[in-house]
Order: sequence, then structure tokens, then C-alpha cells
Amino acid sequence: MISAIRSVLRAGFGLIERPFDRLFGPALNPLAQLGALGFFFFWIVAVSGIYLFIFFDTGIERAYQSVENLTQYHWFHAGVMRSFHRYASDLMVVMLVTHLLREFAYDHYRGVRWYSWFTGLPIIWLLYVSGITGYWLVWDKLAQYVALASSELLDWLPVFGEPIARNFIATGTLTSRFFSLMVFMHVAVPLFLLFIMWVHILRISRPKVNPPRMLAALSLTALLAVSIWKPAISQGHADLAKVPADVGLDWLYLPLYPLTTIWGNGAVWAFLGAFSLMIAAMPWLPPLRRAKAVEVHLDHCNGCARCAEDCPYEAIRMVGRTDGLPFPTQAQVNPSLCVSCGICVGSCPSSTPFRRSEDLRTGIDLPEFPLKELRARVVETASGVSGAGRLLVLACEHGAAAGRLEGTVVLPCVAMAPPSLIDFILSRNLSDGVVVAGCAESACYNRLGVKWTEERFAAERDPYLRARVPRERIATIWASALEVRRAEADIAAFAARVAQLPPLHMQSPLPKSIVAARKDRARADAGNEP
Amino acid sequence: MSGVLRTAGQFVAIVALFAGVAMLSSWPRWRQIPQDSGVMMLTFVHGADRKGECRRLSPEEIAKLPPNMRRVQDCPRIRRSIYVELDVDGRNVYRADLPPTGIAGDGPSRVYQRFVLRAGKYDVAVRMRDTARADGFDHERKETVAFAPSQLLVIDYRPENGEFIFR
Repeated sequence: MISAIRSVLRAGFGLIERPFDRLFGPALNPLAQLGALGFFFFWIVAVSGIYLFIFFDTGIERAYQSVENLTQYHWFHAGVMRSFHRYASDLMVVMLVTHLLREFAYDHYRGVRWYSWFTGLPIIWLLYVSGITGYWLVWDKLAQYVALASSELLDWLPVFGEPIARNFIATGTLTSRFFSLMVFMHVAVPLFLLFIMWVHILRISRPKVNPPRMLAALSLTALLAVSIWKPAISQGHADLAKVPADVGLDWLYLPLYPLTTIWGNGAVWAFLGAFSLMIAAMPWLPPLRRAKAVEVHLDHCNGCARCAEDCPYEAIRMVGRTDGLPFPTQAQVNPSLCVSCGICVGSCPSSTPFRRSEDLRTGIDLPEFPLKELRARVVETASGVSGAGRLLVLACEHGAAAGRLEGTVVLPCVAMAPPSLIDFILSRNLSDGVVVAGCAESACYNRLGVKWTEERFAAERDPYLRARVPRERIATIWASALEVRRAEADIAAFAARVAQLPPLHMQSPLPKSIVAARKDRARADAGNEP
Repeated sequence: MSGVLRTAGQFVAIVALFAGVAMLSSWPRWRQIPQDSGVMMLTFVHGADRKGECRRLSPEEIAKLPPNMRRVQDCPRIRRSIYVELDVDGRNVYRADLPPTGIAGDGPSRVYQRFVLRAGKYDVAVRMRDTARADGFDHERKETVAFAPSQLLVIDYRPENGEFIFR
């Protein structure tokens, strides 16, 4: 059931992400910047809130009037700030909901990612409490409705001696102190929200908390345009002798309020409880089965720290040397944080398939899919590729090429392949070209796999792809599992291009051990034939 | 696509999204009660009498108590339930036994009930029993009220005066 919903959502995101990628480019695609945009809108809300507080009066009679004054007479600065405050808060909800759905769709919430998912739950609650307390402060008809409905909802819980809602049913029962309390809550809760937002990203390496400048500038300009086009306004002074019967509701913050009338407060609490419980339990419904965590082989580790730098999950840290070798540090893996993506294997300078030792080993390796096995699969797969424009595809198991049968080696992440593997494939004449096919750029399953691969190939990040490797024989295809047709078309086009290229003269022989193994296998295969 | 055109396209896409969000922040409107209706609310917080009478402790019983907890009387904490009825135009719309609140049952009883009524004139009668009597009522009020659209009519009880108020 969960998996079916996830598939539908993933298909939905797959449909909208490609047009967004085309329009914005992978770097600016807002769908890949949801968390960062959430932080960005938080800061807009914070700054505009501080500005508005200068003009806000916390009295029962003066609160509404002060908000009206800034909206009517100071619209060009304070009024715009009010709209910024309102719409940026609403946009935080949009970012939060989309972020939650997207992480769910791409299965980014199980395994070691449970922590970020789980800490996202208090963020939802705190964001809504922050927004709802803000609506009370204006003290217009909507505020009256929100105050009454919220307190009736709270009164359903057997906690309060006297119904809080009785404060909002008659003039004279409400004092200015109430507004001081609400202002305190409207400041304290967002501060706590910010703290939890920090906790939320604690276990993420290189979290994106700032969107690209261009996207931020466009968002700010768009917010200004919308604030001028449709300024946030009040809905008339609250009148406790009347029912706020007809209100313009903020459907992003208050969608459950009508349900308190339709379903009843008990049902709304049941819904909220069930929703929270479900979100909290989802990382274990069912738990993610994962391969064994990477292991450090100290005899091949020089403590260069590239693996720790590249790990997207903060699963590796550098500690003091324990084996007496003349290096100050060594890598240490926290298995509970490792997702076995293999990115660290690709980053290790010892991970070179050119090594001629019998037992190919590297500084950090996946026990269930070691570098030796990767090299063997590459050699094995290449032996089955023939004809003009022979291609070998190194495919991410989450991308479009994962289901290919011919000429394809599937990896947990394309960044697991060290750049020297490409050099190895071409220089050993295992194929005429290499395709590296990963996830969609804006939706890399392991967050940084696409980025690291591109930077390594561009010689911007260690380990570099050597300059001698002809770039025209390498293609990178970033496509989600839903874009198989496009990926196949790109692979076919690349194969046709490679077929036109002159023969490659960078061959060097395979290590003797591999040649011997191949011969043994060929002999065994021949012996098995009837 | 040229750089300027592309940026313009990005801006339009973002503005469209933000405009949608701005629209949703106050539209569509929500009407919680029908147009020509108002709300009558029966709400009060009132503690009924204690269930049992206070009993004077004997000198022996007082002596048995720890020195810092000695008292002359032993009063049961638990209160009685309150029975309340509300009639509108002679038709009973609400009746309930309101138990005392609190873990020990020594808190006041409370009621908070909304009734949506069409605008018009109504004969409203509210009655309450908060003592040990088996039938009849200790407090009662009848009134004809003119009910306007969107009006919030509160029927409250003032324990200090021992009477219901309509406001």
C-alpha cells in the first residue's frame, strides 16, 4: 500500500521535475531546493516580523488599529512587510508539504534517514502553531474565529479546568494581557522552530540552507510583486457579540478549522494524532533493508579524508591513527549512519582498478560489493559487448538505466565508480565509450552522487578523471527511473557518435591476473558446452 | 532559450506559484453557519454542593493525624453533578448531567454547548439543579429573545448571584 502510494507520487514528481529542470536548470530547480527555500522564507518571516513589531500595539483595542494603520497609511513599507510576513509563512507551508511528499516519494525517509524524517514532525507542529498564533494577533474577524475554534479544540482535551473558549464569547472577558501572551508565543514558538530546523539537518552533510542567489532574488522579487498586487489585509474588527460567520480562511494554515465544525473536535484530534503517529512510524513501515556498511582497510588508508569529505551522510570521520603507520589520521565509519552508497569508495585515491595485486583492495570498501567485484563485473560485462561503438554503461540503481540488461554494470550510486575506472575501461579497450547514467540531477537518491561525479570528471574534485581520458568517449546521463525512454535514446545517440570516432590509441594491457582469470573462465565455459 | 527569456520564464513561474499561494491565504471564504442564522451558547462553570456533609473529628482521630495535618473537620471533596436543561420554544434542545471536574471530582462542573438557530424570536428557558433535591430545579430563567443573524447569544450562570444571565 505504502509502496503503491510512493510509486504514484514518484511518477507525479517525475512528470513535473523535468519541465522544472528545463526551465530553471538543475541548479535552480526549486524542487531540488525545497529545504533551502524553507529556510529562506523563514528568514523573510523573521525579518518582516521584527519590522512589523515596531508598529504593533499589544492592547486589546489597539492591536487591530495598529495593524490597520500600518496596512492603510504605511502600505508602501509596513504594509508590504505585512504581506511578506503572511505570504512567506504560507510559502513555508508549501515548501514543507512538498518537501515531505518528495522525500516520501523518493524513499528518502527510511534507513539512516529516519532521523531527518522524524525530526520533521515537530517542525510541522511548530510551524502551524507559529502561524496560528500570528493570526490571533491581528484581532480581526478571522482572528476571532481562529481564537474561538482553537480554544474549543483545546478545550476538548481534559486538561483545562475552565473552558478557554469562554474568554472569546463576550466583551470584557478578554484583557490586553492576552495579547502580550500571544506575542510571546508568536516569538518563542518560531525560535524553537528554528532550533528544531537546525536539529533536523544535523545528520546531513552539506545541508542546503540557502537557495542559489538567483533563485532567492527571483523569489524575493516575486514576493514583492504579489504583495503589491494582493496585499494582506484584515477582515474587520473582531466583535465578540457576533459570530464570525463568514471569513476568508487561510487554507494553508487553517484547513482543519472547518473540520472542527463538520467532524467535531474529537475527530480532528483523532486525525491529528493518527497523522502524527503515522509520520513518526513511517521510517519503519517497513524498515529499509540495506547492505553492510563500508569497512576501512587501514593498510590502504593514508588518512587523506576524501571519503569523510564526500560522504553525504556524515557517516565517516577522521580519527587518530591506530595502526602505527606514519599518517596522522585514519577514516572511521559509523555503521549506523552508513547507507552503503559507495560514494566513499569512489573518492578513495587507493580505489584504482589498475592495481596489479592479486587481491585488489582499497582504503574503504563495501563488503558486499567491493571494488574488486566491481572491476570483475566491468571486465565481464565488457566481454559481452561487441560491434561498432561498443558502450559500457555504469548505471545508478535508482536511475533510468538500472533496468538495462546489456553492457550495463549497476552500482548503488554512480559516484561509487572511481574516475580511474573510466580510464581503466577505455585504456584496456574494454569498450569504445563509457556512459555514466545516474539519477535525475535534481533528485539524486544519495544527494551528492551526481554532483561529485561531475566535479571529479571536470577535475574540480579529487580524485580527478585524468586528462588523458578522451572526454568525447564519456557521456553522463542524468535521468530518473521514469525517463527510461529518454535515457535509452541518449545512449543510442552516444553509441552512434562513438562509432564514428577513430580508433582509440591509449590501450594498455590488462593486468596478468585478470587475463588469467578471463582465460580460466573461457576454458571453463568451453568445458561446460555440450 | 536566451538568458533573459529564460529568467523571465522563471520569474513568471515563481510569480504564478506565489499568486496562487496568496489567493489561498484568504479564498475561498468559509461560512461556518447559514447566512440568516446565529449561535446560542449555553456555557457556565459552576461547582455544585459537596456530596456529603462535613463531619467533626473526635479528639482521638485528630491525635492520630500527623501534627502538621491535623484538622477539626473531615469534609468529603467530591461534588454532586449538576443537572441542566435548555428549552427553545418549548422544545427541549439540551439536557445533561454535568459531572464535577478534577481527578478527585472536586472541581466545578462545566458546560459549553453551541446551538445554531435561525434569526427570529424565541422563548428560551434554562433550568439547573445543583443540590441534593431529587426533582425540581434550584435555578431557572425564562425569556423571550430576539435573535439577529450572526448574533452570539450567551446563556451564562453567575454563581455569586445564583442566577442565569442572557447576554
